[in-house]
Formats: sequence, structure tokens, C-alpha cells
Amino acid sequence: MNSDKRIHRERASFKQRGEKHYVMLYTRYERFWHWSQALLIFTLFYTGLGLHGLHDWLDFQSAVTIHTYGALALIVLWMFTTFWNFTTGQWRQYLFKEGVMKVIRFYAYGILVGESHPYKKGLQRKQNALQSLAYMSFMLLIGPALWSSGIVYLLYDLWSGYSWSGRGLTVIAFVHTAAAYLMGTFVIIHVYMTTTGKTPIHYIKTMITGYDNIELTEAEKAYIEETHSVSIKD
Amino acid sequence: MHKQVKLDIRSSVLICLTALTLGISNQTSASDEHHSEAGDDKDMNFRIVTDNAPSIRDDGESTADHGKFESLEGPFENGRQVTKACLACHTEAGRHFKQSIHWTWEYDNPETGQTLGKKHLINTFCTNARGNEGMCAQCHAGYGWKDEGFDFNDESNIDCLVCHDRTGSYYKTPNSMGNKACSVMFQDKEPIQWAKVAQSVGKPGRENCGTCHFYGGGGDGVKHGDLDSSLKFPDRHLDIHMDAEGLNFACTTCHVTRQHLWAGSRYNVMAHDTEGLGLPGERRDVATCESCHSTSPHANTELAGIKLNGHVDKIACQTCHIPSIARGGVATMVDWDWRTAGKTRNGEGFKEKNYTQGNGAHRATYKSIKGDFTYGEDLTPHYDWFDGQMRYTTIDTRFDPNQGPVEINGFKGSRGDGVSRIWPFKRMHTVQPYDKGNNTMVYMHLWGDDDDSYWGNYDFGRAIRVGMAKNNIPYSGDYGFVETYSFWPITHMVAPSEEALGCAECHSRDGRLNQLEGLYMPGRDSFGWLDILGYLALGGALLGVLLHGLLRKLFSMRNGQGADHE
Repeated sequence: MNSDKRIHRERASFKQRGEKHYVMLYTRYERFWHWSQALLIFTLFYTGLGLHGLHDWLDFQSAVTIHTYGALALIVLWMFTTFWNFTTGQWRQYLFKEGVMKVIRFYAYGILVGESHPYKKGLQRKQNALQSLAYMSFMLLIGPALWSSGIVYLLYDLWSGYSWSGRGLTVIAFVHTAAAYLMGTFVIIHVYMTTTGKTPIHYIKTMITGYDNIELTEAEKAYIEETHSVSIKD
Repeated sequence: MHKQVKLDIRSSVLICLTALTLGISNQTSASDEHHSEAGDDKDMNFRIVTDNAPSIRDDGESTADHGKFESLEGPFENGRQVTKACLACHTEAGRHFKQSIHWTWEYDNPETGQTLGKKHLINTFCTNARGNEGMCAQCHAGYGWKDEGFDFNDESNIDCLVCHDRTGSYYKTPNSMGNKACSVMFQDKEPIQWAKVAQSVGKPGRENCGTCHFYGGGGDGVKHGDLDSSLKFPDRHLDIHMDAEGLNFACTTCHVTRQHLWAGSRYNVMAHDTEGLGLPGERRDVATCESCHSTSPHANTELAGIKLNGHVDKIACQTCHIPSIARGGVATMVDWDWRTAGKTRNGEGFKEKNYTQGNGAHRATYKSIKGDFTYGEDLTPHYDWFDGQMRYTTIDTRFDPNQGPVEINGFKGSRGDGVSRIWPFKRMHTVQPYDKGNNTMVYMHLWGDDDDSYWGNYDFGRAIRVGMAKNNIPYSGDYGFVETYSFWPITHMVAPSEEALGCAECHSRDGRLNQLEGLYMPGRDSFGWLDILGYLALGGALLGVLLHGLLRKLFSMRNGQGADHE
């Protein structure tokens, strides 16, 4: 505990020395992607629950229409984002990182007793190890399960004539529904995690403005000053 | 031409029925305006038509004005003479018509090999036309079929007028006398003015076909539920196509005709038309919706339309576009119990009219000659997979009465057979006599001027024995009652598109297709344990984060400071 407080003081003085800066961590496209994806996923989840018969707060026809257009929009968004991730090299952010257990331990215990987060954000280290793992499984498991089953579902009329189409539809609907429950679970936890910042809305604010207060190495700082490749507020 | 105008009618026209109550049914308007001297119930005829005005059928001016033909000036003494005059010019019409089921009352089903048609079938209403032609053949398009002696080759026996009279004044009477003399059935009818009707012929209007098809099963709307007298002048809500103020279709607009043969069989239904529209012009061989509306009838310019077009392969158009049946003010019968027939008061048969239908007419809920009836209006149809093929329980079919209701005209179909679609049916439930010893249905001798007819002596045993013997069908001598179902594919009373069923009528937990198995339907079906797991995951996550948040709050209060983490 004592050492934690010491680190705290050190970090505070570190900031005074001006080594931390408000820099544009999440670019305009990333934020656009994040928030439009959030909106689409909420829309799809809401209409999807209705289509599954769990509520009737929206008539079925409207729900089908919105769900379909929402899905198409999300697919387009994901295609663009995949493109963006690869052309900008940002895909590396999602690679597996050491220290997952430390992060888990932090959220299970450290956060309660006032420990500081074991992971420090950086320009090329936007996500902690647990985040990377979660987002990776989102992108490689939940997402693909949803869009692949969803696309096959959308194209039902192309294969409805086959004798196996009845069983096929059941399987497709099963996969889609199961993945949707996982997605819902992911979203609940994800939204909660946004409240674990310095203040409950710190992370949300960051995701809106794009700026966060992070440590810059001398090299990063020099590079930014030279090229103006990243917006910096102070 | 009102019925209350009393006229003397020659005794040859005066047809006699049982003095009791041969009111096979009901009237479409209040009966109390008709008083006979006998003072008894006048709805002896099963189709009392109070509004004789013909429907308007505008096919443009014909190339022939039949009023100008000398040969039609008469005088005619009977229908046969009119028919001869018709056939003198329409030389091939008789040959054509004799091929028609309206004449033969017989249909050899090429798919099942069964010999069907009214001439042979058992039904779930009056049970059998066979042997009772004296009454039932009022709906045969011919003159004088009362027994096996009828000559199906004599073209002068054809009744042209019942279909082609466009004055509305032509009517038919039973071909033989019923039990005991004296009926007042047609006491109020004006005699037919043969020359006038002969000169007024034209293509059939809805009331011509309706003369029989509206009254199937023994009364207005009794059998079908989607065919009754309300379709004579329907509004657009009742039937968008027949709407008298709108499209005003005649029956033959859809039931296209070629040499007196009509498209649209209910023995061998085209349940799935995959051809749709024909070449430019029209297809003239089917009565399907697709033959005019194509196989992708919904707008492909919007998502809902595309999705609906995707349903066409599995859902009959009728399923969504006929939201309910018997919704024109005329009820249809849904249950008939023969077991209670035969009760008398002071030795006389009687009837009770305890059902008032939408248009105000009172319907019999009990008749001594038939038993108890239950009616329905604005009915939700019964839905099932249907491949178009009716499978009949005929007089020689043996069944196991312990296996539940006997399906007099059952059907097959399944999701995966490549042909079937989900169709709407009117399902009729009946309890009717059967041969307890042989486990077959029975022919009953209902109609006749003799001591054996049920509509006279109320003796099932004798009526069955004689009915079976007349047709050389073995009878064990022991009868009982068995539950039966009959199914009537629904295809009329098409609502305007904006009144078609919404998605959730079926895509919901308690929708119309709840009983259909073997398919996954979004909105209706779920995956039991997967949903439970899903709820647990969602609920667990919610509970988990709430708990975590609470702990954070508690700890931070204990530490005396707010959370300060990144």
C-alpha cells in the first residue's frame, strides 16, 4: 500500500514535469467507427430481441426492416474498418500482450483497494492486455459468428429450395442467437468498464473527444513536434 | 319480383316436401315478411333468395343480342325446350358441357386413382347426395335427375339457364317429391317466364354460380365459409376482386373457361403455381393468384416486399390475404351433430333458430331432420401444409373409429416436399352415422316419397339400410356415430392489400401458425436451453457489474476517497 502511494506521488510529479500530454489517441475515424458501431449494435440487439419474440415493442415488419438495414450498414462499416486497421497498421493494437493476469487481478481486487492500473497507455499501446484479448475475441469469434450467420440468414431465399433448408435455418438461427447473447454480454461488461477510469465518465469523454492524457517518450514527443502527425493539446 | 306476391302455381311446379321442416336452412333476410296460408316456416328451400337482382357483368356489348333471335321467342313450356333452342345454334356446347363436372358429378383423380364427385362422395353435411338426387340434384346443371334412370347422354337434359340466365328470375326445384305431400316451398315463386329468360342469356354472373356454390352443404355459407350470398354484391373489404363498386369480377374472371371446363378444382388443387404469368396476354388455364399477380407479387423495390416475395414459395397467397372467413354477414357452419336429430314435438319435426348472424338473419341451431348446428363468423382459418391433393374417405374406405376423427377429405403436405405451401382451410367438425360393423361411412336414404326416408320417419336404421342397399354396399346392420372432419381450402374473400395479415400474426409466440411443426419461424420459435443460457449470461453480466460497482463504491468510501484509476 505504501509503495502504491509512493508511485502515485511520483506519477503526479511526473505529470508536473510535463512528460504527460493530452494527445489525440483516438482519431476521427476511430471515434466515428466506435460510436456508429455502438449505435448499430444497440439497434440490432434491440430489434433482434424483438424478432426472437422476447418483446413486441416494435412491430415485426419494422423490426425486420431496421435489423436488416442495420446489419448491412454494420457490415459496410466493418469492411471499411478492417481496411483502415490494416492500412494504418492499427491492427497491431489487438495483438496478444503479456500481463493479462495482472489486469484481471487489478479489476478483481486492485481497483477496490486503490491500486493503480498495471498497464500504461501509450500511443502505440492504446489497449491493455485484457482489452486486446476481449476485442480480439470480439473480432474473431463473436463478430464473425454474427455476420456470417446473419448473411446466410439474409440470403435464405437463395437456399430455401433445398431439402435441408428447414434444418439449415434452425442451425443458422441458433448460431445467430447464441452469438447475439454473447455480444449482449460483451456490451454490458464493456459499458461498465468505461466507468472504471479516473472518473466514471473519463473513458467515455476520451472516446468522444479523442484526447487522453498519456505519457510520451522523448522520441514520440520529438517526432510529433517535428511532423505534427498527432494532435497534441499541451 | 318479390316473393310476397302470391301466385298460384301449377301443381307440376309445386314441389312437395315433408310437412315438417325441410328447411335445410336459413334465409338471408328476415323471414317474417313471408306468410303462407299454412303459416309454417317458409324456408323450406335451402336457398331462399330475396334479392333477385342480377349482378352486373360488363364484358362490353356482345356480338349477338339474344333478344333478337326468333328461335328464342318461344313459347316454351319448360327448360328442355329452351335448351333445344340453345343447342340449335350452339351446336357443340352440349358435347363440351357433358365433359364438365357440373354435368357428370364425377371426377377421376389422376393422382390418387380415386373416383370422386358428388355422384359418389360421402360428405360431412347431409352426408351423401348419392341416392338423394331428387333433392340434391337441384344443384345439378340438368333437368330431372332423381334416380339412376337419368340419361347423361341426352343433351336436352342440360340446364343452360341456371348458369346463363341474366334476369335473376330463373330458379330450380327438386326433381322428385319428398316425403308426404305438400310443401309450400315455391308457393310464392312466380312461374318462370321461359321466353324472357331465354332471351336474356349471357355469361354467368356471380349469382348464377352462387345459386349452388354459395349454398353448399345445405344453406347459405354452410360449407365453405369463403363462399356465400354476401359475395353477390360485396364491398372491397369483403373481396377486393369481386367488389361490386370496384373491379366487380365475375367468378369466371379467375375461373377461366375453355369449352365449358373451368380452371380451379378443389379435388386436385394447384397449391403452388410456380409458373406465374404467361406470355404477353394472359394464361388461360389456371385460376391461381400467380397467373395474374406473378410469382413475385410484392414490390421488389422495398425490403419488406423482397422479404414477402421470399415467402411465396412456402406460403399460399390466401394465407395472408384472407385474414378471416365468413366476414360478409353470413355465418358458416363449423359443427354439425347428427346424434340429436329426430326429436319431435307433438309428433312433428321442428327447428330452433337461436343464432343471429351479422346481416340480421336467424339461423337454425337445431332441426329435427338434421340435428344440432354451430356457426362461426369472421373465423380464423385452420392452417396447414397442403400439396393440393385431397384424399377422400369414400364409401368403401375402412377406418378405425378409435383413431380420432375421420378425415372425410384429408390432405397431405409437408415443408420439405417441394410442392406444399401453408394454406388456410375451413375445418368442419361433424358427428355423423357410420357402419359400426364394417367401420365404413354410410349412404343414408334421406329424401323420397316413401316410408324409408329419414326426412319423414326419423329412423336412422332404416334410412341407412335402404341407402346402402340401393347402391349394393354391404351394411352390417349396426350403425353408430363417428366424428369427422372435412377441410375446405380457402381462396375467396380476398381482402384489400392493406388489410392483409401483418407479420406478427404468425411471427409471434401465440401466432396463427403455432401448431405447425417441422420449421423454424423467427418470432415464434426459441431454443429452450440456449435462451436460458442467454438470459443467464446477460443477467449474470448485469448482476456482476452492479456488484462490482457497488464494491468499488463501498471500498472507495472506506478509503475516504473517490476511485482514481486509469
